[in-house]
Amino acid sequence: MTEIISLVVAKYNYWLYIILMMIGLYAMIAKNNLIKKLVGMNIFQTAIILFYVSTGYKTGATIPIIKNAHGGHGVEAAVIHAADYINPLPHVLMLTAIVVSVATFGVAMALCVRIYQRYQTLEEDELRMRLSEK
Amino acid sequence: MLWPIDLIVLTFVIVTAVAAISVRDLLGTAILFSVYSFMMCLLWAVMGAVDVAFTEASVGAGVSTVFFVAAVFSTSRRTKD
Amino acid sequence: MKLLGFIIVCLTGIFLLYGTSDLPDWGDPNSPASLHLSNHYIEKAVAETEVPNLVTAVLADYRGFDTMFETAVVFTAGLACFLLLRDFKPKQDRYYRHVPTGVVLHFKDKARQLRVGTEFESVDKDWVPSDMVIKTVCRILIPFIQIYALYVVAHGDFSPGGGFQGGVIFGSSFILLAISYNLKTLMKRVSEKFLGIFSAVGVLIYVGIGVIAMIMGGNFLDYSTLAPLVPVDPGHIRALGMLGVEIGVGIAVMAAMAIIYINIVSQGRHDEGL
Repeated sequence: MTEIISLVVAKYNYWLYIILMMIGLYAMIAKNNLIKKLVGMNIFQTAIILFYVSTGYKTGATIPIIKNAHGGHGVEAAVIHAADYINPLPHVLMLTAIVVSVATFGVAMALCVRIYQRYQTLEEDELRMRLSEK
Repeated sequence: MLWPIDLIVLTFVIVTAVAAISVRDLLGTAILFSVYSFMMCLLWAVMGAVDVAFTEASVGAGVSTVFFVAAVFSTSRRTKD
Repeated sequence: MKLLGFIIVCLTGIFLLYGTSDLPDWGDPNSPASLHLSNHYIEKAVAETEVPNLVTAVLADYRGFDTMFETAVVFTAGLACFLLLRDFKPKQDRYYRHVPTGVVLHFKDKARQLRVGTEFESVDKDWVPSDMVIKTVCRILIPFIQIYALYVVAHGDFSPGGGFQGGVIFGSSFILLAISYNLKTLMKRVSEKFLGIFSAVGVLIYVGIGVIAMIMGGNFLDYSTLAPLVPVDPGHIRALGMLGVEIGVGIAVMAAMAIIYINIVSQGRHDEGL
């Protein structure tokens, strides 16, 4: 019993991230409206970013900004231990991922507006019918 | 990082994500999506990723919601599912 | 279709859940992600670059190529929105209002164009008068938002922030002006040509700093070779190179956000808005 509880406590956050990813994947596959598919894509992207950022956390460590780096008020700069600061490398990679996701979202919204101007609908099955009629 | 905060905010995130894809009004989807973005930002701030939280707050709960609402007003607001 | 999607999602979820048994525990300092290269970044970044914010130091200096292509992606997104949606034909239905009497005229074909001035003004079809409370509050707030955006860009070396965040905040100040007044007020202050040129100038600044570093004899985007050009002590030159690069990113992102909003909300015609 105690080993099940220790397993749950160590890994429960990964299970919740995977549930969030699957919600996003379901919305991308099964929903009919184009904008709901876009929302699902964005949920999937942010869930993956959440998973990556959580791998950089260290217990008992602080945020990755070095204190007293320029020797303020006569205190000389102390030796920096790597175990005192959170790993900054996943944060850097995920910043680029967030920027790319918002750029993709903007272009996808522009595409939706254009599709609506042409076909007067945003539902996938109606679009398929009108495309097969042409 | 306290585990009660982590668990409560994660539960909110999952509930908001499920609600955002189930409502039938696209304006409601836009607002729920903005709430989802804000909860994500809180989660990252609690985890110590302050730069990522700043970016998500300004991009997700700011500019992305405005794009969504502008697109919903340029197209239709009702949806069948 | 929904049932098939649900089954696929459940199967994928079960496989992924089974795979989490190999992942490291929560908050483990000895996990493989935190061992090799990131220790070098944490311990040596301040000694080499004099920038306390580790995320900005890695983003703009050690991994500068990724940030350059990310700026190019944002510029391409603005360009794609412009190319997809921009519609240069004048609208068929136009409404004008005679200001002294309040009579509204409706023109249906494009044969006649009325000159807008103090006697006639053009109105939108769903014209609502701007609320005085919203106009006054936003008019006071917008300069402070812009100063805050410049602060975020300039202090990216010492506190959370940087070029991208400041650029988004500056762009959203333009969007606030368009929402609280109307779109034509924004287009009079910030013309389309200005936005297009600025979004390209941002990418040009970034690549230009890299090319200057190459001309001075080093590798592409090697900031330490810029030392003879700028009259500061050579320890700080990498921090100044990072500041120049972040300014480029901020300018490009500000213009791209404004371009995308203007084209989506007016469906490319640049006449009415929300």
